[in-house]
Amino acid sequence: MKGRVLVVDDDLALSEMLGIVLRNEGLDVVHCANGTSAMGLFRETRPDIVLLDLMLPGIDGIEVCRRIRAESGIPIVMLTARTDTIDVVVGLESGADDYVLKPFKAQELIARVRARLRRGDEPEPEQLQVGDLFIDVAGHAVKREGKPLPLTPLEFDLLVALARKPWQVFTREVLLEQVWGYRHAGDTRLVNVHVQRLRSKIERDPEHPEIVVTVRGVGYRAGPP
Amino acid sequence: MVRSRPVTVTRSWLALAGGRLGPPLERQSRAARSALQRAARRLLHLWRSSLQLRVIASTMLLGLIVVLLLGTYLYQRIADGLVNDRVLTARAEATSQTRAAQARFDSAGRMDAVSLTQLAFDIVGQLSSPGADQSRQVILTRASDNTGPASVPTVLSGEVGLPRVPAGLRSAIAADPGHQQVQIVSISAPDGATVPAAMVGSRVTLPAAGRYELYFVFPLEREQQTLRVVGRTFALGGIALVLLLGGVAYVVTRLVVDPVRRAALVAERLSSGRLHERMRAHGEDDIARLGKSFNAMADSLQKKIRQLEDLSRVQQRFVSDVSHELRTPLTTIRMAGDLIHDSRHDFGPSVSRSAELLHNEIDRFESLLSDLLEISRFDAGAAALDVEATDLRVTLDRAIESTAALAARRGSRLEVIPTDGPCVAEIDPRRVERILRNLVANAIEYGEGRPVTVQLGVNENAVAVSVSDSGVGLRQGEAALVFNRFWRADPARARTTGGTGLGLAISREDARLHGGWLHAWGESAVGSCFRLTLPRHTGVPIEYSPLPLKPKEVPSPPGPGSGLGPRPVAASGSPES
Repeated sequence: MKGRVLVVDDDLALSEMLGIVLRNEGLDVVHCANGTSAMGLFRETRPDIVLLDLMLPGIDGIEVCRRIRAESGIPIVMLTARTDTIDVVVGLESGADDYVLKPFKAQELIARVRARLRRGDEPEPEQLQVGDLFIDVAGHAVKREGKPLPLTPLEFDLLVALARKPWQVFTREVLLEQVWGYRHAGDTRLVNVHVQRLRSKIERDPEHPEIVVTVRGVGYRAGPP
Repeated sequence: MVRSRPVTVTRSWLALAGGRLGPPLERQSRAARSALQRAARRLLHLWRSSLQLRVIASTMLLGLIVVLLLGTYLYQRIADGLVNDRVLTARAEATSQTRAAQARFDSAGRMDAVSLTQLAFDIVGQLSSPGADQSRQVILTRASDNTGPASVPTVLSGEVGLPRVPAGLRSAIAADPGHQQVQIVSISAPDGATVPAAMVGSRVTLPAAGRYELYFVFPLEREQQTLRVVGRTFALGGIALVLLLGGVAYVVTRLVVDPVRRAALVAERLSSGRLHERMRAHGEDDIARLGKSFNAMADSLQKKIRQLEDLSRVQQRFVSDVSHELRTPLTTIRMAGDLIHDSRHDFGPSVSRSAELLHNEIDRFESLLSDLLEISRFDAGAAALDVEATDLRVTLDRAIESTAALAARRGSRLEVIPTDGPCVAEIDPRRVERILRNLVANAIEYGEGRPVTVQLGVNENAVAVSVSDSGVGLRQGEAALVFNRFWRADPARARTTGGTGLGLAISREDARLHGGWLHAWGESAVGSCFRLTLPRHTGVPIEYSPLPLKPKEVPSPPGPGSGLGPRPVAASGSPES
């Protein structure tokens, strides 16, 4: 596995340990100990993925997440010690793609990082259509009436997964496996939050979605082309 | 309940009488009866619930009694006075008239019977007053002890005949001829009504004819009329007085009851959580004091609740901080432990074993920590439900999947009895999966390798899962204890799964958060059953569980030597995967 990881965490021991584990996997690790210098370091080092602690001195993790998201769609994985719904949801809503709950196992973290970095392989050229959206899979582009819509890679993956099989209803668990790469049960709140974020970008009226449709009690499905 | 008996009696009576009464009549009478009963019930309820009604009714009743007593007494006094007055004038009149009549008889001298009779008629005609008002009538009759030969017949001036003169009066005159005798009698008025009258009798002596009795009858018509007017006035006055009393009672009770009702309303609002509600308290009177002390109570209540809320917030904050502060170093320890564990083969046997122990104990420490934090979140009331419509079958599948490894290790077979259709309910899938994982892991752990049955059930407003095993079971009374924190039936039993002892306690809190039930049943050496029942829609209470708690067919106890030990229940919040 190749790539550069920016670790933003104020706990030095944990940062060092993360460095050891990630370097063992062949990754390049950059460390940052506070929120204030995180943005500068982000622009300077141009990482492929960010591991972000939510509680940081200076600017807190949520704000850092929001600022990175404003500039770039790169994968952000939150490191959080708080399991309360509100903390996790706020983190995800501020733009994180995934989260890992402390205390996590090394393999668990590596699996998450790998799933987010997996996108290196060249996909087959493929054109999809959902509603009035045209999706160029190889070109990572979604267009409505010729205008590109800015999606993060994860949101793009989610949309492509649904659009490839518009006849199928996807449960949250299946989506977790296909899009997030969870082999075991994961947190379905991830799916809920990201579907909402995706809708806010691609739906004409996010209150009455036509492209990502909820199937009550089961999951989601792509709207008719 | 109490009322049902007379009703059935009535019904059976009606049924017996049905042949005679005929169905429509029976129906009518039953309807009337039930309407009457309803009205009585409503009245009773009103009586019980309204202080005002009670006060007004009792005031009016007491007022009525007083008015009746007083009215009767006064009426009696007035009647007596009127009659006495009339009797006095009647006596005076009778005295003078009798004297005049006697004088005329005396001056007549001796005459024959016919002239005497004529004279008697004349005198009687004069004595009875002229005019139509008939204010007095006169009767002249022979005294009963006059047996002389010459006689004048009885002379009457009005309709009152001799038989109307009471015998008592006549004998009184006979006994005491020197004095007037008076008696009240009743006579018939010209219009047919009976009227009381004062009858004054005295003795006169007729020349030649001897002792005669002269009676004056004074009808008390006018007095009776006056009394009637007085009585009517009294009745009207009494009614007005009672009504006035009722009105006064109404006003007074309104003055007292209204503030009390307001206080009750404010208290209800306070108890429903609107802590800013206060009573109006103006002035210095008792009501104002009630208002003031009520408000003071509300103030101190609000202050206490605020304090508790602050405390709870601090507690939550503390738990959250501890969570973060403990979890970060634990992450480092865990990753370091994993690293050492992964390369344990490079070390000597003792270091290698130590690495394994370290690895396992970090797992245990972690699950203990997360269970403790979960419990303290429940205690702080910080646990929030994240409901979505979920098919319970999916949640159960996931729970069973995550316990498959444990089942395989124990050699337990899991039998799932699904429902026919979907089993959708508004639940928090994360929490419900945790409960189910816990129950299944427990059943495997204490099921002695025998099959574990998991059954799903659904009805109109509830879904249920029961997990039953045929293992060591529970001793009597233990079913209630299994949900206690850190409870273990047998401390001597080895802790093989590394359970934290909090799993079932958390499960029950999770169920309670849903508004659901978690029940346990067990019999020593027979097996045990845990049943989770959840409402299908949030806030809609469960009426009954779709599944029985106790299995219908209790499997026969296993033979000797298969481990009859009691079942220590200590569930793990996060069973080994």
